[in-house]
Amino acid sequence: MITVTFHRFCRLVMVPILLLSLAGCATTAPTILPEEPPMHTVEELHGFRIAQIADPWEGFNRSMYKFNYELDKYVLLPVVSGYEFVTPTIVQTGVSNFFNNLVEVRNLTNSLFQLKGMESLTTLGRFVANSTIGIGGLFDPATSLGLERRNEDFGQTLGHWGCSSGPYLVLPFLGPSNARDTSGFVVDAGIRYGIVAAIDPFENVDNGTATAIKVGVETLEVIDKRHQESFRYFGSEYPFEYDMIRYFYNKKRDLEIMK
Amino acid sequence: MKHFRFAILICLVLLPALSRAAGDGYGYPIEGPYAATILGTPPDLKAELPAVIPVKELVLDLIPDLKRPPVFYYDDGLRCSYVCQKQKAPLVFLIAGTGASHQAPKVVAMMKALYQAGFHVVTLSSPTHPNFIISASHSHVPGDLTEDAADLYWIMENVWSKLKEDIEVSEFYLGGYSLGGTQAAFVAKLDEERKTFNFRKVLMVNPAVNLYNSVSQIEGLLNRIPGGEQNIARFFNDTINKFTVFFSRGQFVKFNDEFLYAAYKEKLFTPEEAGGMIGVVFRFSSAAMIFDSDVMTNGGYVVPKNRTLTATDSLTEYFRVCAHLSFLDYFNEYFYPHFLRKRPGLTKEALIAAESLKSIEGYLKSSPKFGVMTNENDFILATGELEYLRQLFGDRAKIYPRGGHMGNLEYKDNMAYLVGFFKGTGGQL
Repeated sequence: MITVTFHRFCRLVMVPILLLSLAGCATTAPTILPEEPPMHTVEELHGFRIAQIADPWEGFNRSMYKFNYELDKYVLLPVVSGYEFVTPTIVQTGVSNFFNNLVEVRNLTNSLFQLKGMESLTTLGRFVANSTIGIGGLFDPATSLGLERRNEDFGQTLGHWGCSSGPYLVLPFLGPSNARDTSGFVVDAGIRYGIVAAIDPFENVDNGTATAIKVGVETLEVIDKRHQESFRYFGSEYPFEYDMIRYFYNKKRDLEIMK
Repeated sequence: MKHFRFAILICLVLLPALSRAAGDGYGYPIEGPYAATILGTPPDLKAELPAVIPVKELVLDLIPDLKRPPVFYYDDGLRCSYVCQKQKAPLVFLIAGTGASHQAPKVVAMMKALYQAGFHVVTLSSPTHPNFIISASHSHVPGDLTEDAADLYWIMENVWSKLKEDIEVSEFYLGGYSLGGTQAAFVAKLDEERKTFNFRKVLMVNPAVNLYNSVSQIEGLLNRIPGGEQNIARFFNDTINKFTVFFSRGQFVKFNDEFLYAAYKEKLFTPEEAGGMIGVVFRFSSAAMIFDSDVMTNGGYVVPKNRTLTATDSLTEYFRVCAHLSFLDYFNEYFYPHFLRKRPGLTKEALIAAESLKSIEGYLKSSPKFGVMTNENDFILATGELEYLRQLFGDRAKIYPRGGHMGNLEYKDNMAYLVGFFKGTGGQL
């Protein structure tokens, strides 16, 4: 079941990767002048290490970071702005609420995996309230009832039980991650696929129509995910943005695991 | 007896607040200059601004044949924002502060307030912002008030040539905060010769008087952190850890303003530490400025001369080196030599004196178009500089008793003064 999700993911992501990487082949080598050492180098710092995180796969990660920037620029952001242009705001909010409500299943399974009693109850309460009074998740009455959303995923579960983060890893489309959180993502996707297969919401629909609906829903989910995320690669134009994101991703995950 | 004790308690709690209100009649609540700078204005005391305004972005390809090294693959021209009224109205150009972009929260707050009051508004990134250094600076070496003002003026002319087909402008105004405030004075002076805009009103919000002094003041904040300036890596890491622990112990769900206020109320940090944080953030922003300038000029300051950095090269070591360099290192080792090559015989003292409002004080004193808005405890002003602003601008200087550096910008009274200045009632409020 993981392979099926993975294939879909590949279709969505690999085609633009190939297109973009081919576009990069046309660069030419610059004229070469001998390099001269700069006035200040890292040697004079005596262990001055600010906001640093180990990054053994840095070359790959920086390529992926650039890939994500280009995927955003040429594919995702134009699609998202088209979506935002044609869809009324209230519909956009409804769509976001709907997908966020589905994610409560992930939050719930993972609070249970971490044996967090109160939090599991809160999340269950949210899911039930939003799926019923909230008309299938289109509205989010739970938050106004004081049930705050508590995000949990399998990466956090692994961290909770003492698994260290492993090397930093930038994933295509999904962005900053690490070895632990990537495995967690795969497990969460597997669980979700298993639940959908068990419920089988398209029992009475013929195969072709069911596939079309699934692809449509998954595409909308990808667009909504990007729509909800305000981060723009190099929106800051800060030359050390990659370093800052690496540091703060790490800190944020530590914090989420501690909670 | 119980009631009596309760009443005394109430008095004790209320007294300081009441006496302060009676003392200066100014309701911005945060006393400390560093805390004010970091926290800004509490949400319930902010001026009411529209949540969304119809802002558009312009991308200007200003320098033909500009060669951007592959490491700056994401830079495709100078970006600025504008928002327009449907009817004829005055247009205000706003210049952001050190390291800040045309979309920085402070300049956006000013833009919203002015748009709400009926102005067209254009916001520009600071000449010290990476995008400006790469795509709009002729020298790619930021920090000289005269050269940066010339670049800014040229950009404003470009923006205006793009907008003038679509909007009707009655007259032009100019504003800027922090370094942008100081630059606004020099842009206005240039406008007296070029006369493209004939700016009628110019407002400088929390400006620096002398750039070298202000930079020394901010760098000085790092001398007071545990272990001093050399320890900023440890200080930064410790600060983040302190926040992390505080966050994980409390009932916080989001890392937001509410959380920051809670940290402030709990006195999580001493004033020295709060000042240190401002110093570190300033270093982060100067690190970007130094690196981008060095790459664009092939200056051999932190990057080996003639090295072409690619999109996937690690920049981590450059970041470490640049964050370690102070703004004063940049001035002495990079900025001053750059100008010495252009103007043989130039002394450091003469260069420092040129980067100051004092170098154009005759003009500033004589022209009624200027206004200043700043705070008594703005720490970017060196000893005597607040008094200097008072003398230079007299009634046209509005000085608030507290707010640190830009902390009170969004406070109701301050926003009303800002809007009032451009509406023509400035000084009356």
